[in-house]
Amino acid sequence: MSYFNADIQKRAAQLLSLYPRRRSAMLPLLHLAQEQDGYLSEAGIEEVATMTGTTPADVRGTAAFYDMFHLEPVGQYVVGVCTNIACLIAGGEELLEHASKKLGCAVGGTSSDGMFTLEETECLADCNIAPCVQVNHRYVRTTTPDSFDAMIGEIREGKRTDEIPPHGTLIRVRRDGGLRTNEPEVVEARATTLKARDARVAKEQK
Amino acid sequence: MAVLTAPKIVSSRRDFDDSYTLKRYLATGGYEGLKKALTLNPEKVCAEVDAASLLGRGGAGFPAGRKWSMLRRAPLSYLVVNGDESEPATFKDHYLVERDPHQLVEGVIIAAYALQVTQAFIFLRGEFALGLERVQSAVNEAYKHGALGENIFGSTFSLDIVVHPGAGAYICGEETSLLEALEGKRGFPRIKPPFFPAVNGLYGEPTVVNNVETMSNLPWIISNGGAAFAALGEGRSTGTRLFALAGNVVNPGVYEIEMVKNTFRDLIFDPALGGGVPGNKKVKAIIPGGVSAPWFGPDLLDVPLGADEVAGKGSMLGSGSVVVLDEDQCMVRAAWRITKFFSRESCGQCTPCREGSGWIERVMYRLEHGGGRMEDIDLVLDLCDNISPGLTWPPQQTTICVLGPSIPSAVHSAISMFRQEFIEHVENGGCTHV
Amino acid sequence: MSEITRTAVSITIDGRTIEAEPGELLIAAAERAGTYVPRFCYHPRMEPVGVCRMCLVEVDGPRGATLQPACYLKVNDGMTVTTDSPKVKKAQDGVLEFLLANHPLDCPVCDKGGECPLQDQTLAHGSGETRFIEEKRHFAKPIPIGENVLLDRERCIQCSRCTRFASEVAGDTQIAFSGRGDMIEVAPDPAHPFDSVFSGNTVQICPVGALTAKPYRFTARPWDLDQVESTCTNCAVGCQVAVQSSSNRLTRVLGLDSEAINHGWMCDKGRFAIEAVDANPESVDPLSPKTRITQPLVRVNGKLEVSTWNEALARAASLLSVAAPEQVGIIGGAALTNEGAFAWERFGRGVLGTDNIDAQYGDGLDGLLLQSLPAATIEEATKAPVVVTLTGDLREELPILFLRLRETIVHRGQKLVEFTSVASGLSDHATVSIPVRPGEVSSIVSALVAKEGVAPASSAASSESLNVARELIGLGEGVVFVIGRANVAEDSTFIENSIQTLRDAYPKAKFLSALRRSNVHGALDMGLAPHLRPGRSFQFSAGRSTTEQLDALASGKQKAVLLAGGCLIGNVIDQKLAKSALKKADVVAVTGHGGATLEFADVVLPALVANERTGTFTNIEGRVLGLQAKVVAAGTAWNDVAIASELAEQFGQSLGLNSVDHAAQTIEATTGYPTWKVLSGQSIEGLLVNAANEGSAIRPLDPAAFPGVQPASNVGLGTLTGSIATPSIETVSTVEKAVEGDIAAVNPAKSGVAKANEIRLVVSRALYDDGMAVQASSAFDNLRTRASITLHPATAKKLGVSQGDSVKVTSKSGQGVFEVLENLHAVIGTCQVALGARNAKNVDVVRPLVQVTEPVTRVEVVKA
Ligand SMILES: Cc1cc2nc3c(=O)[nH]c(=O)nc-3n(C[C@H](O)[C@H](O)[C@H](O)COP(=O)(O)O)c2cc1C
Ligand code: SF4
Ligand code: FES
Repeated sequence: MSYFNADIQKRAAQLLSLYPRRRSAMLPLLHLAQEQDGYLSEAGIEEVATMTGTTPADVRGTAAFYDMFHLEPVGQYVVGVCTNIACLIAGGEELLEHASKKLGCAVGGTSSDGMFTLEETECLADCNIAPCVQVNHRYVRTTTPDSFDAMIGEIREGKRTDEIPPHGTLIRVRRDGGLRTNEPEVVEARATTLKARDARVAKEQK
Repeated sequence: MAVLTAPKIVSSRRDFDDSYTLKRYLATGGYEGLKKALTLNPEKVCAEVDAASLLGRGGAGFPAGRKWSMLRRAPLSYLVVNGDESEPATFKDHYLVERDPHQLVEGVIIAAYALQVTQAFIFLRGEFALGLERVQSAVNEAYKHGALGENIFGSTFSLDIVVHPGAGAYICGEETSLLEALEGKRGFPRIKPPFFPAVNGLYGEPTVVNNVETMSNLPWIISNGGAAFAALGEGRSTGTRLFALAGNVVNPGVYEIEMVKNTFRDLIFDPALGGGVPGNKKVKAIIPGGVSAPWFGPDLLDVPLGADEVAGKGSMLGSGSVVVLDEDQCMVRAAWRITKFFSRESCGQCTPCREGSGWIERVMYRLEHGGGRMEDIDLVLDLCDNISPGLTWPPQQTTICVLGPSIPSAVHSAISMFRQEFIEHVENGGCTHV
Repeated sequence: MSEITRTAVSITIDGRTIEAEPGELLIAAAERAGTYVPRFCYHPRMEPVGVCRMCLVEVDGPRGATLQPACYLKVNDGMTVTTDSPKVKKAQDGVLEFLLANHPLDCPVCDKGGECPLQDQTLAHGSGETRFIEEKRHFAKPIPIGENVLLDRERCIQCSRCTRFASEVAGDTQIAFSGRGDMIEVAPDPAHPFDSVFSGNTVQICPVGALTAKPYRFTARPWDLDQVESTCTNCAVGCQVAVQSSSNRLTRVLGLDSEAINHGWMCDKGRFAIEAVDANPESVDPLSPKTRITQPLVRVNGKLEVSTWNEALARAASLLSVAAPEQVGIIGGAALTNEGAFAWERFGRGVLGTDNIDAQYGDGLDGLLLQSLPAATIEEATKAPVVVTLTGDLREELPILFLRLRETIVHRGQKLVEFTSVASGLSDHATVSIPVRPGEVSSIVSALVAKEGVAPASSAASSESLNVARELIGLGEGVVFVIGRANVAEDSTFIENSIQTLRDAYPKAKFLSALRRSNVHGALDMGLAPHLRPGRSFQFSAGRSTTEQLDALASGKQKAVLLAGGCLIGNVIDQKLAKSALKKADVVAVTGHGGATLEFADVVLPALVANERTGTFTNIEGRVLGLQAKVVAAGTAWNDVAIASELAEQFGQSLGLNSVDHAAQTIEATTGYPTWKVLSGQSIEGLLVNAANEGSAIRPLDPAAFPGVQPASNVGLGTLTGSIATPSIETVSTVEKAVEGDIAAVNPAKSGVAKANEIRLVVSRALYDDGMAVQASSAFDNLRTRASITLHPATAKKLGVSQGDSVKVTSKSGQGVFEVLENLHAVIGTCQVALGARNAKNVDVVRPLVQVTEPVTRVEVVKA
């Protein structure tokens, strides 16, 4: 029995079918595990280990390489404030400090109501609207303390739920219509293409 | 004065709010390049790209056509698109994936056809949640439109594209590290040789890795011909390029301008582009190609935006990011923050990079925040030298990948251009900038 | 094309031109030529990764001389290398300084202090002063990451040797790098500790003191240690080891890099079982394995009392002086040295005049059959394009053989054909894994060797997989069969017949024995079997095997027995028989360790044990290896040659063996078996005693010279056939049918009682079983095999049980409560338990299940 719920399990199965080797599905599967639990739980890690044919230590170690994966529970909203060079110039450090006061938690910590976790991030590639802030990896484009506070207020009031899903949910668009890599007809279609290529290469070399 | 006559090659849909939809894309010439490509044989498509002399837009600036033609002898297995864009102050791929995902997808299909691979992966930075959704939607739409999947537009060519999310690690922009991440592992760069992707890439098979912007140029190049692209720009640097302009400028943003024909000054000051420095302050320094690049002083503002032109002055165009630092900025602080970035992002394999970046960062922190000693200035330079012997450009390295020798760029630039500022920091017990 | 001729390449190192092998790593070529390039991450037995950057040297290239890692670069003809330029020195000093930046200065309290490459490098090249005034990285001090390994993350230099060992060599990634940059750390998953049977190797290869072994921590400083090179006797592989002691106490065992055998690796049992030698000084109960027997003991008024050698020997002689030679016998011997075994053989045949001699406990393979096989070396097995296993789980039985085979299968594309009745550590890597249920192996093997043979309808094997196997094996040329006893609840006749079939069908193939008990091969070579004589010669006799002796003792046909080392009760499957036999008999036990057997001993003669004695050992390949004494035994224990000789004197006879050395010379002089050469200090590769060793007088027995091994009985074989669908693990429905079919198949025509949940019992062996060494060493206290049964998920489903359930397993002879483990590699329709499993009350729950008189044992499994 899978630890994942039916929807996640279905998507996980689709992911596994997309890659030539199942370990390749590691990062997307970890995102899915995080979508279900909000962070990477022990059981989620075990499940991903089974699915990818690896071990829990391996999965945990791999996940810990990447900043987006949380091995401990985090708030429902992970707020990231960039302080890298362009944002630094635009007051990123000051905004981060403000955010810490506003949310009542240290950088890396979670607000007492468990709603927000605050992080200092590296460049988020939105430097024209600096300092850059993301909530659950959605750009919120609030560059001043006031707009930041307003944004937090709206989240608390539940006004941004369409735009900002709970932490862990990364891609809400499902792959559909797409071929599944490992399905026989796909394998066959690709084989045809490759055969044509090889024939041409052979001709060329003559 | 800036030369702004060149066509918009990759940012032509920037004024449409629905630029990311298939509908808009088709209404503005979308998938025509692909249709044309499918009427040509793959070699001809490659030849067009070769004729365009399209330099890779990921940072290293290797001509895409050359990369491909070197490979065509051995059948390729995979095409991998690098959309990890994490170089600080670089945000042009962000623009392309969110605003014109179909253009990227079309480019990938054209490249796959030219290279005759049947499986492509688009690796996108995990933090691009919207970008991931837009590209996945574009892929879905392309399938429905017949532009992707089995027998594309009725041809014998079939292709599958998988959109692969990263998960927050700068180093995964480095192509071999990206392949590790795509294999589901920790993003540890591989040693080249023998792990040149072209020979020993994904799953050990020959693989082409190209940047998002590189791919996005292909529909135009095929529609208009490589020669038309090569007619723009000068020398090795042809066509237009997206520049991500940030820092102390009036209009930060992404600008597509013709290469070599414009200078840093044009980009920063032209009213249609950067619009100058706020408050008419003086430029103290610019970071010309991402934070891995050595800095330029105001004396080099007139260097043209071309690969060789910038290299000739000891830096690089790199990732196409330009950061302006005005006269009020603290150079110690800027260099410290950049070092902190590398320290946080070092993958941790190589001793000099792993330990060196952290150590330099901590000394730089002291210099900036108080507690710096006079000998620290030369100490950090010597530590830099142990990561990149000789502190030359292009750099030498004691590490596996070039993240290592990128660490010294900011520190070395700041100290050699603004040593006095460092001395004052020591004398004043820290930073006195507001 | 036959062999590719390899020509050497020449390279220039620091102006000196040297020859190197094409494709050789620069660091190795330089070292052979006398230029040592410093290194941390490089390990010659693992793939290079080039991460620590300590080995940077200047190499001329198209873009001038650049710094390159010598550990990663392969030599090229004409390569010019500089290892001593100022640029190289600066780079290497820089790396060293970087490594020390975050490394604690706790050498005085570090286990590694005194043998630490980082410390050595620093002393040799490091600058005296640190330029670093920042706080170093801080982590909680040593944390246990497994039962026997502790990790001090502050000391870790991220060389990745341990994590690479775990995934690349051992194949169980229980530890991995976690985090990034300078916060990178080695970590297990909290729910799955680092309990790999190879975990100790990571401690040995850690270049600093980051990984330490619990049993060794703080016991000694390296400079106080004395060491000898010896052979591990905990299984029959014969790993070459360095045994170290301090103040006459064993402190540590390290693997030596023997090309032929262990490549420097060891299993944790071999590494940590030395505690058994020191045992527990407080333990005096002779029935406890924690007790060392250091004085002669004689039973007085029903109690074993300390005695003198004179009295004990006289008493032993009188007990063994029986009316007729068939009334006495010798059991055991696999724990002896070759010299000890030789002495007891002489004593048994020469003094007692009996052929009732058997070193095995009825759980091995026929000695004659073994010696009739063309023997393969481990190296041959690893070089063979195809290796075929008919054994138990090698990871549990012969761990280093597993490691060697795994390496070639996983990393060098060797093909593995596995005939298995257990879920084995190699199953994942097998080209074809053919499931074998108890009682099926001979019919499956017959089908294999038959042209176009199909899998027996009733068996778990499929014809397709047999076809694949047949194709891979071809005519058997270059193929190595690894053969052992996978299931001790199955009559040995099944596997012995199969081995004969294979030997006869593939005369060009070679065989590697997978008998696991210590020096069992040496004991057989020294004639400790009814029909064998020293030096691999044979003579049919009326001598009794161990089981036959036990029967004879129980029925009074035999009166006395000498137990030559090892604990009979602890080893034999049929403990009931053994106990009733020993109760009736006069028993002389020669042993250095306490154990349950001594309950029945009338005289106990204290013998030296591993690491106290000198001599030779013969491993699975027939390779004779040296054993060296490291510590002096407490008390008055003697070596076996002396004990046997003195006992002979009591009979007024002489064995003609003055000493162990003399015994070795005598063996060589009388049999050509070259123990003496090894004894006199040869290399750690030992000497091979088989046909491959040119000039050796020792050859395999000619199979034609004796009529082969007759099946002990054919009883019951007929009941195992029946018609069932060929099982396939592909789909659950066929699987279910197979199980159903199997249950129908074993439906006991004999017993007449059909039970829907009756399946066949597989009794496998675990590394951490209830053997003496395991019981005596606290390192294994929490690792001992559990009372669990391994079931294929389909079998479990059929039985209505699942993972974690507590179940009652009942056979006709006994029952026990076990926990269910599901495993996809388990054979459908079987229930696998490991010998040595005990329940919470420390009572053996496995042996009582085995129906020793039946060819296979059937059990019923119900939820408890
Ligand atoms: C540390 C490091 C980070 C990099 N990050 C990126 C990146 O984010 N995006 C990218 O396209 N290339 C990046 N590169 C360059 C890639 O390794 C590679 O050269 C590029 O993807 C090739 O594509 P192109 O030829 O189309 O430019 C990076 C290189 C290094 C060393
Ligand atoms: S240079 Fe740095 S980022 Fe690159 S491989 Fe080495 S440690 Fe990793
Ligand atoms: S020994 Fe060569 S890089 Fe570590």
